[in-house]
Amino acid sequence: MLLVQHLLNGLLAGAYYLLIALGLSLIFSLGGIVNLAHGAFYAIGAYLAITIGRHLGFGGALLISPVLVGLLGVVIERLLLRRFYKADPSLSLLLTFGLAMVAEQALRMIYGAPPLSWEIPQALRGQFVVADFFYPKYRTLLIAVAVACVAGLWFLLQRTPFGRVVRAGVQNPEMVGALGISLEPYMAAIAFIGIGLAGLAGVMLAPIFNIHPAMGQEIITSAFVVVVIGGLGSFWGVVIAAAIVGVTKGAVTAGGYPQYSEAAIYLLMLLVLLVRPRGLLGERIVRFE
Amino acid sequence: MSQAKGMSRRTIIKGALAGAATTGLAGFPFISYGQSDMIRIGHLTPRTGFLGTLGEYAVQAVDMAVAEINAAGGVLGRKIELLKEDSVNPQTASTKAERMIERDKVAMLIGEISSASGLTIGQVAARTKTLFINTGCNSDELRGKSCNKFMFHIESQNSMYVKTCGRSLLAQGLVKGKKWFSLTADYAFGHDLLRVAKKFMGANGGEFAADKLVPTDVTDFSPLLLEIRNAKPDLVISNLAGNQITAFLKQYAEFGLPFPTAGFGFDTAVAWAAGKGNFSGTWPLVWHHLIDTPATKKFVADFTARYKRPPENQAWGDYNAMKLVAQAMAETKSTDSLKIVEHFEKEAKFPLMKTRDGYFRKADHQMMHEMYTVKGIPAAQLKNDWDIFTSSPPVPGPNEPLEVIATQGDEIECKMA
Repeated sequence: MLLVQHLLNGLLAGAYYLLIALGLSLIFSLGGIVNLAHGAFYAIGAYLAITIGRHLGFGGALLISPVLVGLLGVVIERLLLRRFYKADPSLSLLLTFGLAMVAEQALRMIYGAPPLSWEIPQALRGQFVVADFFYPKYRTLLIAVAVACVAGLWFLLQRTPFGRVVRAGVQNPEMVGALGISLEPYMAAIAFIGIGLAGLAGVMLAPIFNIHPAMGQEIITSAFVVVVIGGLGSFWGVVIAAAIVGVTKGAVTAGGYPQYSEAAIYLLMLLVLLVRPRGLLGERIVRFE
Repeated sequence: MSQAKGMSRRTIIKGALAGAATTGLAGFPFISYGQSDMIRIGHLTPRTGFLGTLGEYAVQAVDMAVAEINAAGGVLGRKIELLKEDSVNPQTASTKAERMIERDKVAMLIGEISSASGLTIGQVAARTKTLFINTGCNSDELRGKSCNKFMFHIESQNSMYVKTCGRSLLAQGLVKGKKWFSLTADYAFGHDLLRVAKKFMGANGGEFAADKLVPTDVTDFSPLLLEIRNAKPDLVISNLAGNQITAFLKQYAEFGLPFPTAGFGFDTAVAWAAGKGNFSGTWPLVWHHLIDTPATKKFVADFTARYKRPPENQAWGDYNAMKLVAQAMAETKSTDSLKIVEHFEKEAKFPLMKTRDGYFRKADHQMMHEMYTVKGIPAAQLKNDWDIFTSSPPVPGPNEPLEVIATQGDEIECKMA
């Protein structure tokens, strides 16, 4: 029974990374930009949630904070990222690395370095207990939100005209341009969605994780590992990889070796890349080869 | 769009970015040469990373102490000039300590929180014969095998934390014949603390159901909480550090586990960050903002007026280290490290905002002073965001020597060169 709980908990832990990794993957697939500042948007989401939550409660923060973070993402995309779509990838790495540092220091200057407090709203406290099985209500909600995001995103990308253009743009932006479609508004929309999802993760995780200026760094490396294992450009690859990474971390911790849980996911990444250099479900994208 | 316009906009953005980057570096050392009438003191502490959250209190407090000293005319007729840097990690800490001593000619060093970094700074202090006051590293090893003539500790050692909290746990009947489940930060401080905690349990007839090492970057404790629930221990013990404790407290409350908790390493800031109703258990502190002495009340009022929030124990450490160094310089009429070391080794008394004065024990340079245990107040009884616990009276009690909570006899492994 304990083993089942650990497996399930690991799967659920993957959901935290998923919200971050999906955005990372989307922005990379369409724009070719590895967004090192993605963790910073997660942190901004958490801090904004506290500011908004003081006036409008948890519900208000949950609705407004991700939208504000998404809009900030659009501003960054329009002002900065779009200049680097066709540039040497190392330039955008430098840019986003710098952005991450600016964001972290800005949070430190505005809110101070000590961690801020924020708790689970009263209505969502408590645990579900069914016979031997046991899980906190709040984490169950977290999973529901992650599943809803995956479903919504899948529908948007696979079943709408918007999604068709985005998918075509990932494979062959020149051809999309030749057909008379400008990808620019699509990039802005993808930045809104991808970065907004990072903000949403920030709001959702703030009540159970530690809220401090460098919190983005804590989650971003795991999210990158998920994207790499899943395969760039692959929607389901990222979803599956998030689950695998979550279960691996949980299993190693539960097995009595929490000190090796971080190393385990890098080893996993190494093994996957040895067997499948493009990741589990990575597609061949000519311009990234 | 004209070329010129495009260029200028790009230039503005570059300028804005550069500006933002520069502001991010605020707190870089301000070095002004040719002011030999100033007494220059180096301050090193982690300002980023998982202990950086505490470092800000250290920096604010030492700034406040220097401002007060200088406003009162300085020391020996000279003003104090503070050089402050982020110590980052053990390697960087020792490099910066060397540079402050050899290039910037600081008279002494104050600060640090990470025991691993404190160790390397201590080595530099010994080699260059420069006084170093450790304000936040707890490992016994720094006062034991790795002690040296130039390193002093206003922060309590792990043994003092364990024995202080242990007294309270003994009184609650949570030790003899009981099973503990412990979580330990996987670095120098945690390993040292676990060793001391095991010794305490062995001596008092308890045992460990499990002890797990937790990397300092772990944010999700859920797999461990499931393990704890399954193990049904009598007490859950935290040997965690910094941000880890906040995440642990939040998630322990989330999982609603019924077992009592306690910890052997603690800072008030991590409890403040846990959120309403999430702080529970029995924890030791070297000082806290609710101590009922005039000096504590004044410090809390002044710090709150200056920084818009009350000080916590790390602020106490750096503020008092600076103040007692100034007092020692005045008493010895010297800024020479060796003279001040000799003064400290005479076990000179210093006021530390508590009911009794403290002194550095000659044997290992550990500050002998009162400590406290605190217990969380239920959410319904909270009056504000800060006063979230009740405190024990000072430990040890008024009729006991201060040394009873420190390492004793054979436990003192320090051999001063």
